[in-house]
Amino acid sequence: MQEFLTTVILLLSSTLRLSVPLVLCGLAGLFSERSGVWDIGLEGKMLFAAFAAAAAAYQFDSAWVGLVFAILVAVLLSLIHGFASVTHQGNQIISGVAINFISSGLTVLLAVGWFALGGRTPQLQPEARFPTVILPFAEEMRPVPVLGAIYADLISGYNILVYVAFAAVPVTWWVFHHTRFGLRLRAVGENPAAVDTAGISVDWLRYRALLCGAILCGIAGAYLSIAQSAGFVREMSAGKGYMALAALIFAKWRPVPVLFACLLFGFLEALSIRFQAFDFGLGPALSTQIVQSLPYVLTVVLLAGFMGRAIPPKAGGIPYTKER
Amino acid sequence: MASFLNIRQIVDFAILPLMNVAVALLISGLVVLFVGQNPLEAVGYLVSGALGSGEGIGFTLYFATSFMFTGLAVAVASHAGLFTIGAEGQAYLGGLGIALVCLALDKVVPWYVTLVPAAMAGMLFGAAWAFIPAYLQARRGSHLVITTIMFNFIASSVMIYVLVNLIKEPGSMAPQTRLFDAGGLVPKLGEILPVDIGTAPLNISLFIAIAAAVFVWVLIWKTKLGFEIRATGANPAAARNAGIGYVKITIVCMLISGALAGLAGVNILMGDLGKLQLDFPAGIGLVGVAVALMGRGHPVGIAVASVLFGVLYQGGAEISFWMPNITRELIMLIQGLVILFAGALSLMFRSSVYSLVDLFRFSKREA
Amino acid sequence: MAAEIGSARHVLELSGINKSFGPVVANKDVNLSVKAGSIHGIVGENGAGKSTLMSILYGFYQADSGTIRIDGREVGIPDSRAAIAHGIGMVHQHFKLVENFTVLENIILGAEEGAFLSSSRRKARLELQRLAKEYELQVDLEAVTEDLPVGVQQRVEILKALYRQARILILDEPTGVLTPSEADHLFRILRRLRDEGKSVILITHKLREIMDATDTVSVMRRGELIATAPTASMTKESLAELMVGRRVLLRVDKSPSQPGEVVFDVKGLNVRDQRGVRMVKDVSLSVRAGEIVGIAGVAGNGQTELLEALAGNRVPDSGTVRLNGEEIAADPFRRRAAGVAHVPEDRHAIGLILSFPLRENASLGYHRRPEFGTSPMLKRSQLQHYAQDYISDYDIRPPNPDLRTSLFSGGNQQKIVLAREIEHDPEMLLVGQPTRGVDIGAIEFIHRRLIELRDQNKAILLVSVELDEIRALSDRILVMFDGAIVGEASPDASERELGLLMAGVTQEDQGRG
Repeated sequence: MQEFLTTVILLLSSTLRLSVPLVLCGLAGLFSERSGVWDIGLEGKMLFAAFAAAAAAYQFDSAWVGLVFAILVAVLLSLIHGFASVTHQGNQIISGVAINFISSGLTVLLAVGWFALGGRTPQLQPEARFPTVILPFAEEMRPVPVLGAIYADLISGYNILVYVAFAAVPVTWWVFHHTRFGLRLRAVGENPAAVDTAGISVDWLRYRALLCGAILCGIAGAYLSIAQSAGFVREMSAGKGYMALAALIFAKWRPVPVLFACLLFGFLEALSIRFQAFDFGLGPALSTQIVQSLPYVLTVVLLAGFMGRAIPPKAGGIPYTKER
Repeated sequence: MASFLNIRQIVDFAILPLMNVAVALLISGLVVLFVGQNPLEAVGYLVSGALGSGEGIGFTLYFATSFMFTGLAVAVASHAGLFTIGAEGQAYLGGLGIALVCLALDKVVPWYVTLVPAAMAGMLFGAAWAFIPAYLQARRGSHLVITTIMFNFIASSVMIYVLVNLIKEPGSMAPQTRLFDAGGLVPKLGEILPVDIGTAPLNISLFIAIAAAVFVWVLIWKTKLGFEIRATGANPAAARNAGIGYVKITIVCMLISGALAGLAGVNILMGDLGKLQLDFPAGIGLVGVAVALMGRGHPVGIAVASVLFGVLYQGGAEISFWMPNITRELIMLIQGLVILFAGALSLMFRSSVYSLVDLFRFSKREA
Repeated sequence: MAAEIGSARHVLELSGINKSFGPVVANKDVNLSVKAGSIHGIVGENGAGKSTLMSILYGFYQADSGTIRIDGREVGIPDSRAAIAHGIGMVHQHFKLVENFTVLENIILGAEEGAFLSSSRRKARLELQRLAKEYELQVDLEAVTEDLPVGVQQRVEILKALYRQARILILDEPTGVLTPSEADHLFRILRRLRDEGKSVILITHKLREIMDATDTVSVMRRGELIATAPTASMTKESLAELMVGRRVLLRVDKSPSQPGEVVFDVKGLNVRDQRGVRMVKDVSLSVRAGEIVGIAGVAGNGQTELLEALAGNRVPDSGTVRLNGEEIAADPFRRRAAGVAHVPEDRHAIGLILSFPLRENASLGYHRRPEFGTSPMLKRSQLQHYAQDYISDYDIRPPNPDLRTSLFSGGNQQKIVLAREIEHDPEMLLVGQPTRGVDIGAIEFIHRRLIELRDQNKAILLVSVELDEIRALSDRILVMFDGAIVGEASPDASERELGLLMAGVTQEDQGRG
């Protein structure tokens, strides 16, 4: 029994840790897509932010400086996306794909150019990574049966970015439904003409949405390279940005369902790590490949909409022009 | 009126692609500077490596051949309004088909007998890999960009399994098949034409690529199916009202796209490597996206863009040989910038170029 | 009620307004004065410049030259925010509402009190209660906008403007989506506003509305404001003449119809729209050879979905459609092949591909017909041949089949769609809103062509929200309300009778009442 409980707790806490970048990217995508701008570039923004965080954390020996640089880089890429999509009304999908390519190339280029380690950044010392947050009385409570272990290992003991990520969900919900900014953001993604005729700038609203998303993406990237790992490795985002998008679509663009969809992805990844060499009876080689590809297959399955057709924000992907 | 049309075409197919590359190179040059290297030195190696010798030109055109296949693949789909990133995975699976045929026939028949079934297998496997994303987009509205990217990842897993466990060369640890015999290798251009291209693997696939380009041109602009494809891309609701089936066009288009991508394997496997190995596409599908955007979906533009990217690839190899701190990822950066300028910011470039052209024409008239 | 010109003040004065978009002159030296406490109509054809003028007034565009005075003071209106601040409110033809917002959210959008919404909601509720009582504008504030009937949505738009303390209210083509009685209710509201000293600018192309509802009328033609006069001194004919610049026939001469056999037969059709709402409820109708059946009704009562289902663009839940006794499958290709042609309501959305040259649009949907051969190749010469024929027969200008379709005027675009659908000799023609956005000269041509088709013994089903058009062309009129056919009338029926039917008052009710 004790062993079962331990396994479950380990699996669940793993799930929580692994879903953090997805949740953050998912919320980032929520901001921009609810405002009417498709954001395929989440992957690239997270990747580049991860690089910037690791490089800066190494350079300045501080995780917080790394976080700041991660956010700055994500903001820069979002501004490029905004410039192309909002100001110049270009194709938003192409712009997002371009950002992903640029990030893939630039991160390795800069990593090799600056650190000459074949595309990685140098290993970070513990001081340059985020500290673990131990909630009050966690150690004291551990001996308590069941609840103690849950409190000590499942609720306490993560680094601070994890708590930030999960707190971001209710905050996002509140911003969307109880602030003026949220009202206008939701409006501009459904009917930008309504916002325009009310005398509010459509473009500025969309830029602000992109910036909110950028901050979240920056945190996601920083988490990847300086919280979850000890440095940047090429292509370390491994498609998570796209999975976040699939989660977003599956959640029909609402904050709380996004959380659950991302937890599902996280759970799959936790399973694949825990049962890495597990043989399902198909031979270890095939089993490994199946487990490896599960998150990607799940993405396709979610998008195939077997759980109901998702209706996107009405003005999504359509650049706004005044009618003549 | 006729001369104005010509100017438009010149701008669209020659000036704009060159401008895109030029600005992309400019920005990349700044990045090179930023990492403490000399961009002018890099440009020097680029040009000399790609165009400075028969061998260099041979390599350039060899790469261009692969890019033409994937560029045409992306372009065909784009005319129906479908944006696909899947050429990478489709080329990969296409290679599997080609390899299977070659492994079966290479010791038994000469290359010109193997070529046709191998090419057809490549097209079949490539098309098959495009089918599910196409079907999901057509029937369920699942976003093609994401599903094709996912299928690229899944292709990786599939091919690892196949190469390591099913068709590996026995007795070897490397994840690749045995070498093809003479029946599975197509002749290099140096063998049949009086040109000296050294060790460059430029081969007869070049002619297949040109034929494919002509095929795409005829298909899109001269056939009824092409008319329906263009209509679907321009206004799907009007096309539907005209009795053009969206599901049929989406699937047919993507199958053609997958088939074209699958052909790239002929160039790489039968023309160069002589075996199927892990991750042989190495990014050509993604370059295809840049090439299709830069070439504005037209075979002529795609040919020009393919050669330009061939220059970048071959030149890039030369750069990383002499300047080891600048890796192949430089090319990926340039690719991304080209996609950004040719795709998302194209309006910005086009309108400024056209205003310049108009200005020029007005001043000429007044003179 | 006629106020003397000298004593009433001009709350709004536009002087010398000029606006061009490249080579196109949209407004040329326009002078307009609107008095306080009046309803001022602006009438003109499509493209006459009314919308541009109002857009300038609302801050969407800046005039190239000219001045705007409000209460005698010169003002600049750089954006909508400034317009609202100056007391200008606009009710657009296509509502600027967020469909999935509640009414309250739509009204406070842009006029919120502070960054957090709770105080905005409170304040708005109080104010809206007051406005509702004062102007008869009751609306359920918590209702979701897309669930409301169109007439009520329009009230939300008016409330939006009044909530922002508009003194000058501009209404752009407000009655296109209203029944005659809803339109009357609207005009009552407008008169109330006028009596309270507000000014109303009513933009419309409907001459009858000008006569019924306005105090003053200005006529615009080709970008110029050519006349302003008290409405009482004008007639519909004089207005039409001013609008076009020549005498206009408001009726088409036609001989009585001689209908033959039933060609097109619909039984028990039930259709839902994309949201799953039942829009066509158990509709049955038939059309004979040599007859035009007109379906009258206010937009949004299921006519669009009916037409879509009959054309094969929307699959019905149940019901059969027969052509000459044979059931035809619900597929646009097969409908056309069987002989049912379709001129859609929205030519820009589904009738034409605007980026294609005219030559390609001229055969869109017909390119696989036997006339084009069985080869997979598309012969440009063949396309050219058909396009040239249509250009000369239908007087399409400019007569250039290589030109992009988007560069042709609305009337010429509609003529190409009509030509394409008629010239392959269909048995049955479905046509929706044939003259929407079409100038008067082309309207006459299109109406004549439809009558000619009827006289060639073809069957035509006409759907239009323009009651005048229905009455001018139809041999039989069916009225649709809330998804069902509520009555049949002859084209000689009174407008009152038709209006009641359109509002859902069936003939039995009318008999009783």
